Amino acid sequence: MKPVVCVRGLERSYAGRKVLAGIDLDIAPGEFVALLGRSGSGKSTILRALADIDAEVEGSGMVVVPERLAVVFQDARLLPWARVLDNVVLGLDGGDEKARGRTALAEVQLAGRERAWPGELSGGEQQRVALARALVRRPQLLLADEPFGALDALTRLKMHALLRQLCVAHQPAVLLVTHDVDEAIALADRVLVLEDGAIVADIATRGTVPAKLRRQLLDLLGATAELAGTG
Amino acid sequence: MSSSALEHKRRAAAAEAAAPASAKRTIRIGPRPFAPRRHRFTLAKPVPGGILIGPSLLLLAWGIGAWVGWIDPRVLPAPWTVARTFWGLARSGTLETDFAVSAIRAGEGLGLGVMVGVVVALISGLSRVGEYMLDGIVQIKRAVPTLALIPLLVMWLGIGEPMKVTIIAISVYIPIYMQLHFALRGIDARYIELASVLRLSYFQFLRAIVLPAALAGFLLGLRLAVASAWIALVVVEQFNAFSGIGYMINLAGTYGQTDVIIAGLVVYAILGLTAEFLVRLLAKALLPWQRNFSG
Repeated sequence: MKPVVCVRGLERSYAGRKVLAGIDLDIAPGEFVALLGRSGSGKSTILRALADIDAEVEGSGMVVVPERLAVVFQDARLLPWARVLDNVVLGLDGGDEKARGRTALAEVQLAGRERAWPGELSGGEQQRVALARALVRRPQLLLADEPFGALDALTRLKMHALLRQLCVAHQPAVLLVTHDVDEAIALADRVLVLEDGAIVADIATRGTVPAKLRRQLLDLLGATAELAGTG
Repeated sequence: MSSSALEHKRRAAAAEAAAPASAKRTIRIGPRPFAPRRHRFTLAKPVPGGILIGPSLLLLAWGIGAWVGWIDPRVLPAPWTVARTFWGLARSGTLETDFAVSAIRAGEGLGLGVMVGVVVALISGLSRVGEYMLDGIVQIKRAVPTLALIPLLVMWLGIGEPMKVTIIAISVYIPIYMQLHFALRGIDARYIELASVLRLSYFQFLRAIVLPAALAGFLLGLRLAVASAWIALVVVEQFNAFSGIGYMINLAGTYGQTDVIIAGLVVYAILGLTAEFLVRLLAKALLPWQRNFSG
């Protein structure tokens, strides 16, 4: 099948320091890819290149992404002066956008909160509004930059289940940037490990034993060595 | 046993008697034995109308001072003298006329200044070309005190209403311009990214993000503008005016009527507080998502 995302030789540098050193990446339609890496490994830089919000960053390479693309940021990034429904349908037109927004809010279990202000919602609820804002655009590609990083553990698990369910329903390709190994294993079809601006591992999760995969990924991230070293 | 320990015992007994037998719980009495006293960092709870306590005390002190005779009535007449004068002026209609003249003057200047300030700030805040055309001029103008322009404006516009309204408008547009321009340029970069990934049109970006984000800055500018309008009003009313509260105060100064001067100042205070209140009301109406707007 023709990949929906195609990246070739992607290079980016900040102030002369190379952050991405020639990334190649294909994502198939409907595929859920997790991008794992330690902080500073360049994972957000890839996502920002795909979202085309890195105009001020130096670099080169080819990026092909689909027309319908949505981004979920780590902060929910809702406009505090717009009600929840207006946040969801921001920038949409076609006349039926309010109805579509309501449906999307119901999908993230926020029916009835259309007229709330974002400031009245909890962190998890705000992130669900951000998910609805992404899904209402029927994206072929969903980019998510540590979307659950600021949530507590229990809320995060609930959000994982919700995201899985929504991905089954809508079938977007997903690129999820995370530093959480368990999150990557729980959600992704394929896990990429990024280190010093290069992809050092590309592992399909299907058919693997989760505990083994977890061990392998932690090894790749250098976590086990560090833990052993510090006793 | 010390008296305070006795006191504790007594209170413990009273608390036990007050609590129903079924709801037994430990009641801590007095300071904790070992823990150092912890400081509470929150302010005491607000009381409705608490803001009026200070002014009321001041009024009381003024009244007592006048009653006992500590205050020479030629320096500061008693509150009731001022009230009687105020009432007399109000009944004869002169106060009403002067009040209306002053309020209209300030209102016209404020309206004109806000309009000019908003338009100039939008042009210079939303485009680089506009900034290069206008911002320098405004900054140079800002360096010249508005009141220093009065002689020039008198030459150009005469000593009538147009000069007075213009001075007020010039005083008003500066804070509006400064605050709104700053707010327009200070839009959070995260929202600019959001607008980009949502593929908003420029018009949608302005309407949904830039203008609402800048609204708080505009309202702050408006509060400062109201204060500026007042200063300018007082100054222009000392200047060749034949009506208005300033004129009334000036005339009273000539005849040594301290009570009329104070009555005039009271009117200024009422006008100022009313304007401030209206701006706050406007802020509440325009920023409904800010539950604790106090800016």
